Amino acid sequence: MRKYVPKDNVQAKAYYTDRFHVVPSVLTQDVSTDEIFSKHLEILSSKVEIKSAYIQIGQMRVEINHQDNYRAIEILKNECGYEMMSEMSAVDYLAKDGTFEVFYQLLNLKERKRVRVVCRIEQGLAVESIVPLYKAANFSEREMYDMFGIVANNHPFMKRILMPDDWEGHPLLKSYPLQGDEFASWYEVDKIFGKEARDAIGPENRDPARIDRYDTKRFSRVGREVPFGADISDGEPETPIEYSTTFLVDYNASQTQLEDRK
Amino acid sequence: MAQHQVNYASAGGLPVALTTVDHLINWGRSNSLWPLTYGLACCAIEMMASGDSRYDFDRFGTIFRASPRQADVMILAGTLSKKHAEFARRLYDQMTEPKWVISMGSCANTGGMFNTYATVQGVDRIVPVDIYLPGCAPRPETLQYALMMLQKKIRRESANMNRNKKQNLRLI
Repeated sequence: MRKYVPKDNVQAKAYYTDRFHVVPSVLTQDVSTDEIFSKHLEILSSKVEIKSAYIQIGQMRVEINHQDNYRAIEILKNECGYEMMSEMSAVDYLAKDGTFEVFYQLLNLKERKRVRVVCRIEQGLAVESIVPLYKAANFSEREMYDMFGIVANNHPFMKRILMPDDWEGHPLLKSYPLQGDEFASWYEVDKIFGKEARDAIGPENRDPARIDRYDTKRFSRVGREVPFGADISDGEPETPIEYSTTFLVDYNASQTQLEDRK
Repeated sequence: MAQHQVNYASAGGLPVALTTVDHLINWGRSNSLWPLTYGLACCAIEMMASGDSRYDFDRFGTIFRASPRQADVMILAGTLSKKHAEFARRLYDQMTEPKWVISMGSCANTGGMFNTYATVQGVDRIVPVDIYLPGCAPRPETLQYALMMLQKKIRRESANMNRNKKQNLRLI
């Protein structure tokens, strides 16, 4: 039997470990260290429940319940002056604790402050759309739906934005392989020619740079060459690289070598 | 077209050139290859440069056409995404016979560095390709060379397209 490999995170990982790598730590400050942020947090905490709040790299990060996302962002926009939403999306933490982290990056242009509103939702739950507050959220929420499958309630046009409408799967999930599943690999063939053309066209050649173990003709296995046509299906003889000794010049014994050759 | 020494005096004053119908038709086809104005990614920038005055495709009789109905050659210049594959094939189907395809650049040839779920791994999965042009992106000279190779191929072919060996894809 094949070894079981967990499928909840199939993303490529680094195959090496850097022994000398020091994970950089970001200084986390209390919100009270910043006058403006503490004022905004005070307004916010009087109306919605705050799970946690701190300042990192000059930005305030506020974690709230996902039911409060519209209310919290509305307060930040109307009462704290965060009049621009620069980014929103989600992060897949399904493998870790079965939730997505949905984040909204807001910008206050007058006071030059940025705040990140974060909420956790479980898989299958929906967040409230913030399109009535920020028009920029329209495409972002569609992208979030396309890439993660997180639906935004009351969105004016909840439809895939990047992938085709009839696509199966949500590609930014960590459980989605980068090279696609079976549906993805046959998508264009099924769509254009129909499933019956699969045999005629054949599967995708996904790795043209693949090195064939048994390819002894294309110099792909330097130092491990075997004679052409040799059967190496049961393993192969170890053939270390041999350097020629006759044409190397030994400077200590050069005169004798030259005389030997003569 | 075969070059024949024409001696007007010995031919009774008549300008006579001897050739075959194949040669005549292929001479016409190969010297007026009209590609479709169809760019997919960065390779399209090089394709545009090939069309402009410095490299000047016009001198080969190659004039970009904005309609697939008027085009003979489809230059698939760039990364073909799976979402777009359907439309690329539709444009190919709309072109009138005889038609040829140049796959320009690594992405069009094999998917290139985009070994991902969203990219077609080689446009020959959806259209029959005549010339594969390597490079990332190929320089305009390279595209010119590919076009000249295609001209050479056309001149070698039979004018009756049904007699030419094509990939099975054309039949699907």
